[in-house]
Amino acid sequence: MSSYAFADTMTMARRDFKHTARYPMMLVSTIVAPGFLLVMFVAVFGGAMKAVLAGSGSPHYVDYITPSILIQTVAFSAQTTAIMVNTDMTEGVIARFRTMAIWRPSVLTGTVLGSVLRTLIAIAMLFAVAVGLGYRPHGSLLGWLAALGLIGLLTLGFMWLAVGFGLNAKTVAGASSSVVALEFLPFISGAFVPTGSMPAAVRWVAANQPFNPIIGAVRELLGGGHVGNQGWVALAWCAGFAVLGYVWARRLYDREPSR
Amino acid sequence: MSTPAIAVEGLRKSFPAAKKGDAPKLVLDDLDLEVRSGTVHALLGPNGAGKTTAVHILTTYLRPDAGRVAVAGHDVVADPDGVRSAIGVTGQFSAVDWLLTGRENLKLMADLNHLGKAGGRRVADGLLERFDLVEAADKPASTYSGGMKRRLDLAMTLVAKPQVVFLDEPTTGLDPRSRRSMWEFVRELVAGGTTILLTTQYLDEADELADQVSVLDGGRVVAGGTAAELKRRIPGGRIDVEFTDRAELAAAARVLRVPVPDGLTLQLPHDGGVRSLRAVLDALDDAAIDVAALTVKASDLDDVFFALTGHAAEAGDPGPVTPATPAKEAAR
Repeated sequence: MSSYAFADTMTMARRDFKHTARYPMMLVSTIVAPGFLLVMFVAVFGGAMKAVLAGSGSPHYVDYITPSILIQTVAFSAQTTAIMVNTDMTEGVIARFRTMAIWRPSVLTGTVLGSVLRTLIAIAMLFAVAVGLGYRPHGSLLGWLAALGLIGLLTLGFMWLAVGFGLNAKTVAGASSSVVALEFLPFISGAFVPTGSMPAAVRWVAANQPFNPIIGAVRELLGGGHVGNQGWVALAWCAGFAVLGYVWARRLYDREPSR
Repeated sequence: MSTPAIAVEGLRKSFPAAKKGDAPKLVLDDLDLEVRSGTVHALLGPNGAGKTTAVHILTTYLRPDAGRVAVAGHDVVADPDGVRSAIGVTGQFSAVDWLLTGRENLKLMADLNHLGKAGGRRVADGLLERFDLVEAADKPASTYSGGMKRRLDLAMTLVAKPQVVFLDEPTTGLDPRSRRSMWEFVRELVAGGTTILLTTQYLDEADELADQVSVLDGGRVVAGGTAAELKRRIPGGRIDVEFTDRAELAAAARVLRVPVPDGLTLQLPHDGGVRSLRAVLDALDDAAIDVAALTVKASDLDDVFFALTGHAAEAGDPGPVTPATPAKEAAR
């Protein structure tokens, strides 16, 4: 029934989006945490950060922090998706889908599509808040498109990973906590302060973990700075997440239900 | 003779052991089954007999370990999509999207069956009408009562106009009125030519609905036939003799050489013959014992079940079987 791959994916994405529309808490819970972080870092720490950022090319802390929060939002959104998938999979309606002549992965592809859309909406809302706080990125149109592409690919990858976490966990609580590491990983990177002042070991982790090049690349693409090599590193990480998440989620879904 | 709607031969299925080191749990042990097109077939058995697992395999939800299983002429292993496009399934746990309304649930099914916008709306409207859900159509399914949920569930199953419908314990947990209306829907479906396989632990349900009954115990069919045939295999039933007071009852028990029961009714095994009935009456007459009332009961499927499996219909509960048993779905 693969001839209906597209139609069935769209049907399932509509279903997913109706869930979000009916229970806006899903969207709200995705933006509350990054929203607080954004306000806290810009308005509370912003002034004190001036000295730290001296000579880093981002004289305003809001310019430095906003891309980090936008990327971190993807991780927060992944938690929402993992919770939704885990809840959904325990519902009888999934058992029904498994006995219908539909394109089998459409439950997953539809959920991923709906989740990507929800995440991008959340990111757009946070972007608006950042502009309200004084964020003024000066990148080129091409740079912005590239940043959007990178964010989109990261979102796609994280949503597939989130589907995997949701399928893999036995309980909703398990699904929720399995994503926490993704949410907190950005804190140990150059996302909030440049890595220069960190102890050597932490600095090595911060510089080599995936969020560092991704956030760095998006920051420079949006702000019009020098992207350099980290753009390609970021692209490789995002593509890697997407492939890994997809393969893992498909395998988990295709295994025989335990009952 | 046309191909049967369901043909099962030597079906085996076991599940991994709950604990490491234990043997895998054999759930279906050489199950054979044949269901003719356009009939209702009941799988009757206690909890744990393998009914739901059998339905799961027939509906391609689970894969068989061994055996040949064909539904509507399609092999469940070689051509699962062929099976899926011919069947509809209503499981014992409601397969409804709780966040969507009744109408949206039906539209979802219509979209997944590619009925088109207008066609989908027509089918949804028709089913809402038929299953008495018009008023609740635009409320979320999570607000529905148990009976409404089950009706919506069945309506969703019928969107694709399936040839073979599987109903896994369709009335478990329903109140008597919802139960009756579910039976009506089943009869309507059969009248329209649909083949139905239903599982039940309620003997009266099999008796009411099924053309053929297969009694399942320990993962295999221990008896099969029409409800009437099964009943005939157990000769007789029992005689209930009622007395006005305990003294009469005790006297009668002494004369008939049976233990004295509680209450005012004496239950006697009965082979269905007139001679043995007369013997009881004569014995009571000779002893000048007054009888308040006397009922002769033919064997029902409960007796059949007990005789065939050596235990009562409800596993672990030898008491009488009533439809008021709590829903299993709460545990799911």
